[in-house]
Amino acid sequence: MAGMESLSFTFDGGRALAPFAPTLVGVVASGNLEVLVEHAAGTGCRIDIDTSARGFGGIWEAVLRDFHARHRAAGLSVAIHDMGATPAVVSLRLDQAMAAVRGATP
Amino acid sequence: MDWHTLAARLFGTTHQVVADGDFLCGTAAFDGATLAIVGTTNHAAVGVDLALRQARAILEVVAAHPGRPLLLLVDTQGQMLRRRDELLGIHRAMAHLGGCIDLARRQGHPVIGLVYDQALSGGFITSGLMADACHALPEAEIRVMRVPAMARVTKLPEELLESLSRSNPVFAPGVANYVAMGGVRSLWDGDLAAHLRAALADRDTTDRRAEEGAARGGRRVAADVVRQVLRA
Amino acid sequence: MTRSFAEMSARERLAAVVDAGSFHEWLPPAARVMSPHLAQLGVPAAFDDGVAIGRATLAGRAVLVAAQEGEFMGGGVGEVHGAKLVGLLRRALRDRPDAVVLLAESGGVRLHEANAGLIAVSEVMRALLDARAAGIATIVLIGGANGCFGGMGIVARCADTVVMSDIARHAMSGPEVIESAHGAGEFDSRDRALVWRTTGGKHRWLSGDCDTLVEDDPQAFRDAAVAALDGHRPMTLAALQQESALLQRRADLDGDNADAFELWSRLGVPDARSVPDLDADAVRARRPAAMAPLATGAA
Repeated sequence: MAGMESLSFTFDGGRALAPFAPTLVGVVASGNLEVLVEHAAGTGCRIDIDTSARGFGGIWEAVLRDFHARHRAAGLSVAIHDMGATPAVVSLRLDQAMAAVRGATP
Repeated sequence: MDWHTLAARLFGTTHQVVADGDFLCGTAAFDGATLAIVGTTNHAAVGVDLALRQARAILEVVAAHPGRPLLLLVDTQGQMLRRRDELLGIHRAMAHLGGCIDLARRQGHPVIGLVYDQALSGGFITSGLMADACHALPEAEIRVMRVPAMARVTKLPEELLESLSRSNPVFAPGVANYVAMGGVRSLWDGDLAAHLRAALADRDTTDRRAEEGAARGGRRVAADVVRQVLRA
Repeated sequence: MTRSFAEMSARERLAAVVDAGSFHEWLPPAARVMSPHLAQLGVPAAFDDGVAIGRATLAGRAVLVAAQEGEFMGGGVGEVHGAKLVGLLRRALRDRPDAVVLLAESGGVRLHEANAGLIAVSEVMRALLDARAAGIATIVLIGGANGCFGGMGIVARCADTVVMSDIARHAMSGPEVIESAHGAGEFDSRDRALVWRTTGGKHRWLSGDCDTLVEDDPQAFRDAAVAALDGHRPMTLAALQQESALLQRRADLDGDNADAFELWSRLGVPDARSVPDLDADAVRARRPAAMAPLATGAA
């Protein structure tokens, strides 16, 4: 039965990044995802996911918790469109996004 | 409606439109002027040969009869699905046909499209959809692809696509949908000649389909996206 | 070692083709101008609906540019995707760049948006012809793994210049669709050599449907796009009459359902059987002079 799942997570305790322009990595395709990272007001790191692979909330939480532990970024909004990527690919894209953000100029 | 009946309803019995296989061509007197007719019948599969033939007929009108209105009659099952047509560049033949229709428009010929039976996909893109405006008979059918093939390509279940085809304007093949989405300007019912007369009188040849889709509510987003790009 | 254009994403290709850092995007991903039709099918939308558009420079000259992402929905054109292309082409009429460059990779109409996609493709076609009629060079680069098919295959060939790599394909219907309709005897979709000599860059070059043939290399595509900046040709009655005659003559050369090898020989290509093994450079030299008028003839 067709349907997307939407998930949302927020993590605290990060450090603000230098200003950056919205940054996109990845592509929405089977087994892949796109990640859009934007500056956000506040001190949290908020991650919103739309995925066609339903029922993996627990795995997303674990992967994102690890992501936050690696990067500890604050004032960040991460939006994801996912089409069944594995945790390894999700982590890769998130790290690629953060690398691009750190290299990107406003 | 078969093309003979259509032609009689539009022009009476004294017209010079003939069918040669799937190819329709000819002229008719209408409101004191001569109209050129080019099109297809028998749910034609449009391959390289038929695309080039239609294009030639249009070029002959442009070369010999400046300003003569052109009526494109559409009945097609879509593009020919054969290796030979791909080898010979059916995409090129269709681009050529589209270019010829566009040339006619630029040279001042009114170009009216009428789907009188079926119109699918590639066969429609370079016929009715290239006219100044495309109209349809109420009983006509316009589709991108039949459901079983669509299911194979998209990997979506046939039942889901069938159900959407009944309920969802984006999928339903009815011409009323295409009117709502702006793809078809109007449906011609009753006095067909009066509809043709009104179509010929509309000399605005800009592509208004996105605006019409928004105004009619069937395609709400496209016109606004175009505006956003122009403003960006 | 050169990069493969085919393996790059749409955005990577775009960045490699235009002057470094010159691309300014309109309706970027952060604007979230997305498809209103995909959620109902349980399919994730893309922030840019699979196409990046904007302005850039190419060899210092102003261009408008679009790049279709073939990995998203096969590059299929939906309502928003199509409207972005239409907006870009209409903007060209106002802003008067030297060219509009389209990096095309598409299966055509996005079937998930059916009717909206079909009308959208038609609107793109009319808008491209309007830009061309206004004297703006229209350039299409085809180099992705998915090729350029369906309604986008038609749209692409409405442009002044079509640049293809030898590994790209440009056609209407994919081999699987033809095989489904008429069997493997008609077109064996698993015979890659057959598929590529029927619809691939080398064949399109030799038979006059591709204006420039390049290697699978972003620099080669860039160079070809730069050369095409001055390649605008108006679609006059005389030009279309000439094209009509040439296309008919070519079609008459295959009245017997011949294979590509046979057609190439009849067109005057020497040693047709060797073509699949040649690189783009070597194939470029083999095009018969008679085919050049069907194309811009740019080397």
